[in-house]
Amino acid sequence: MVEKTIENKNDIKMQVKNLNFYYEKNQVLKNINLIIKSNAITAIIGPSGCGKTTFIRTLNRMNDIILGIKIEGDILFNHKNIYDDDIDVVEIRRKIGMVFQKSNPFPKSIFENIAYGLKINNLTVNKGELRERVEVALRDAALWEEVKDRLNTSALDLSGGQQQRLCIARALAVQPKVILFDEPCSALDPFATAKIEELIQELKEKYTIVIVTHNMQQAARASDYTAFLMLGELVEFDITEKIFTNPSQKITEDYITGRFG
Amino acid sequence: MNKRRFKEKLAYSFLIAMISIIVLSICIMFYFIISRGIRVINWEFLTQMPRKAMTAGGIFPAILGTFYLTMGAICFALPLGVSAAIYLNEYAVQNRLVRIVRISINNLAGVPSVVFGLFGLAIFVKFLNFGVSILSGSLTLGILILPTIIRASEEALSAVPNSFREASLALGATKWQTIQKVVLPNSFSGILTGAILSIGRAAGETAPILFTAVTFYSMRLPKSIFSEVQALPYHIYALMTEGTHPESQVAIAYGTALVLVLLVLGLNLIAVILRNQFRRSKKW
Repeated sequence: MVEKTIENKNDIKMQVKNLNFYYEKNQVLKNINLIIKSNAITAIIGPSGCGKTTFIRTLNRMNDIILGIKIEGDILFNHKNIYDDDIDVVEIRRKIGMVFQKSNPFPKSIFENIAYGLKINNLTVNKGELRERVEVALRDAALWEEVKDRLNTSALDLSGGQQQRLCIARALAVQPKVILFDEPCSALDPFATAKIEELIQELKEKYTIVIVTHNMQQAARASDYTAFLMLGELVEFDITEKIFTNPSQKITEDYITGRFG
Repeated sequence: MNKRRFKEKLAYSFLIAMISIIVLSICIMFYFIISRGIRVINWEFLTQMPRKAMTAGGIFPAILGTFYLTMGAICFALPLGVSAAIYLNEYAVQNRLVRIVRISINNLAGVPSVVFGLFGLAIFVKFLNFGVSILSGSLTLGILILPTIIRASEEALSAVPNSFREASLALGATKWQTIQKVVLPNSFSGILTGAILSIGRAAGETAPILFTAVTFYSMRLPKSIFSEVQALPYHIYALMTEGTHPESQVAIAYGTALVLVLLVLGLNLIAVILRNQFRRSKKW
């Protein structure tokens, strides 16, 4: 199991313990336990409606804004439960960034999109520093070369793939520790998808990454650990290679070989 | 020709006839007001005080009075209405209490305007002792247009895609920062459109200001918000019902009506232009 591959406690960035999630009267997630390792990519796979998106949104408390939900269990981030009463949820969301399924740049300029997070969090002291950090974020998201001459044009004029990389840059700018990707490539063509996957590989050096995907090839080639969710239950969680070559559950094998889903 | 085709033709002709009646009545109404009103309108009419017991001279005090009253109303109703809309759309948990508040607001929009006038008389004029004044009239008109502003603002706010709010929150913005920096800027035009339409509504109302703000005939311009004023809609009423020289007064009344109609049309036109501009710039 994964626990064995983690020699050092400090390698654990987040830990989900006995997580139950209810939406109104339905239980969406059932007793989930897993570990998210530092500087690694953890993929969450499973058929539609299995709770993947709900799960990843519990990791930065984005579900809080939905009415009628109930959460039980602990989600530890740096060994502290993010659902504790004394936790500042705004701070949690800054440290655990998120990139959404559909790219959602603000209807502002490219520059302002990146600068937004820096401004609201008071992360920069002056304009020079702001410009610098916008550039760094765009470079880290492999977008700088394409947009450096038109930073003041609308972000909505970018292509779909560029918009999604802009959203990644925007998330990077506020210097999170963890970045959550909720099916970031589902609306993109294969070429743009390849670029984003490559980017995610590079980001692993500095950040801890969790990615939800319904694309099995993507999980297989782009992640270190894979969790297979079905009907709200964690069926199997292991090193990606093992999941895709020698899964311990029959149902996992059925799913990854495309027998259903 | 088969029966189906015949029915189709019949229905089409019927609808064309109906729409023609509507267009025709609007044209007749405008022709009527313009042809009678245009005769008295000139620069003096717009900028002079009335003379000889309103049988001559201009309607400047009424234009100014309507301007004061509507500006006062919007100054009062816009911050209140937009705040209410922000609360209802962004903060309120959608429970029974909030539903009751929403229904009440919608009902407020259906209350006859003369009832607002009576309410204004009881509360602002008498109870708060503001007297018959610009202040009382503005507050009464403000309440009258409040539901329109709340509804327009709520619509504008809910038209902002949720993905913008999520993007902002996921970057560590507070709810208020998100509203301030993302939601409001993207709903600004919609709110503005609602505000301008309600200014048009307030400018044309007579009943709410009848007991609270207007005077029949004043020799002086208002000095403060506690002065009574003349206003365009009431001026028409006064000219047609009071006085001793109907011939000259009726002409002035039509001139006043034309000014009022053009004012309201102008405001609506601005609102339409703004809305179109907003739609064109919106790309999400």
